[in-house]
Amino acid sequence: MSKQIVIPFGPQHPVLPEPIHLDLVMEDERVVEALPSIGYVHRGLEKLVEKRDFRDFVYIAERICGICSFIHGMTYCHAVEGVMDLPVPPRANYLRTVWSELSRLHSHLLWLGLMADAMGFESLFMQSWRLREHVLDDMEETTGNRVIQGSCKVGGVRRDISDAKLREIADGLEELRPQLEDLRDVFVRDSSVRHRLGGLGTLTEQQAWELGAVGPVLRACGVANDIRQTGYAAYDELDFTPAVETAGDCWARTAVRAEELFTSIDLIQQAAEKIPEGPIEVKVTGNPKGEFYARSEQPRGEVIHYVKANGTKNLVRFRVRTPTFSNIAPLVVSMKGIELADVPVVVLSIDPCIGCAER
Amino acid sequence: MRREEQPIEVIEIGSLVDRAAQKKVEGNRLVAISCAAVEGKYEVTYSFEERDHRFTNLRVVVEPGGTVPSVTPVYWGAFVYENEIHDLFGLDVTGINVDYGGHFFDTKVKHPFALTPATRPPEKTEET
Repeated sequence: MSKQIVIPFGPQHPVLPEPIHLDLVMEDERVVEALPSIGYVHRGLEKLVEKRDFRDFVYIAERICGICSFIHGMTYCHAVEGVMDLPVPPRANYLRTVWSELSRLHSHLLWLGLMADAMGFESLFMQSWRLREHVLDDMEETTGNRVIQGSCKVGGVRRDISDAKLREIADGLEELRPQLEDLRDVFVRDSSVRHRLGGLGTLTEQQAWELGAVGPVLRACGVANDIRQTGYAAYDELDFTPAVETAGDCWARTAVRAEELFTSIDLIQQAAEKIPEGPIEVKVTGNPKGEFYARSEQPRGEVIHYVKANGTKNLVRFRVRTPTFSNIAPLVVSMKGIELADVPVVVLSIDPCIGCAER
Repeated sequence: MRREEQPIEVIEIGSLVDRAAQKKVEGNRLVAISCAAVEGKYEVTYSFEERDHRFTNLRVVVEPGGTVPSVTPVYWGAFVYENEIHDLFGLDVTGINVDYGGHFFDTKVKHPFALTPATRPPEKTEET
């Protein structure tokens, strides 16, 4: 048996946008074990709920993450609305769905760019981020902001999108489709990408399910699990099939995300056609009392916002379980046996968001 | 918008690991372990999901100073949740497979979500 050594990886590393530390137990070039450590960016956001009015807290919930900010805000609103049994107007649910899918589009394009960069495929990185700008422009035009949208509120949404603008967004995405197809084809079919990502960081279907993997990491192992199937927001009125791959490796995770770009476009186009007329919010009276788990499908996978309230304006408990937190254990298992040079790519393949995970 | 059912079953601490094992045999995924300090006690809730998205919860109520057995012998990946609960609430979880010894979340305030003496109920004293 070769001598084992421990190599520290992170928290600062060129491929990591955020800090996570891994103690890699190595035998020669092979990883025998990986021990993750987090805690570098813990902000204690959950604790703030004890001091902020539950209506205002949506602003903080949105700031848990700079990429899936809208979905964090929406899921928090779902949780409070679940406790209060608030009937959110159908139009607001459709608008939430549109902004959620725009979030998924720009998040996936961001990640695809990062993965291309990690592989050293710079032109592919630039193409991904160039196309992402189109989506961010849609976000800015409809909410006023690119990153923190601030458009969701307890009881509905703050802004409407006109039907004409929705059609314009849907048409714009249709024009973008051929370019995204070209991009997907490179990620899915290019021999150098397949060679770099194929067979790396593999999980079986059973491992992924039992370890609690979520989102594209789980779907890349052949499990068609997508929380949008539970029918929150307007998803129960729209048709879609989760993108699934079966290889369970880094390439499969990439392929799932690339395919989900088109699912998002289809959902936005369906929403633009079906969105009903009507109000975009209901008046919120009184304070919440009870508890509720709200689950949504973020670009990285299932997110949970749990709230517990005692009838006052401050919630008793707010707990967020982000997809990255749930994907840490699968990541650790998937790293066993890989080579040191592959570690950055495998870590990136779960689309880690440490700011989210630590809150 | 569809609203999903989310039943919560309160169980004894002693039956926790067996019930978790039963959930696994039934094909459930461990979705999350959550903790809340409520009315002088800790509520630790284990959330599960079946393949058809059915969402269920098991809950144990723990007195301050009490311990909870780890479910990592059943669900290996539960160590992230159990270390988190230990570090944020100061609740002891016994038998975790990967125990960070209080260094998973290094917070400036130790156990920031723990019950403080002000939020604990008064201790019972024997009448003399």
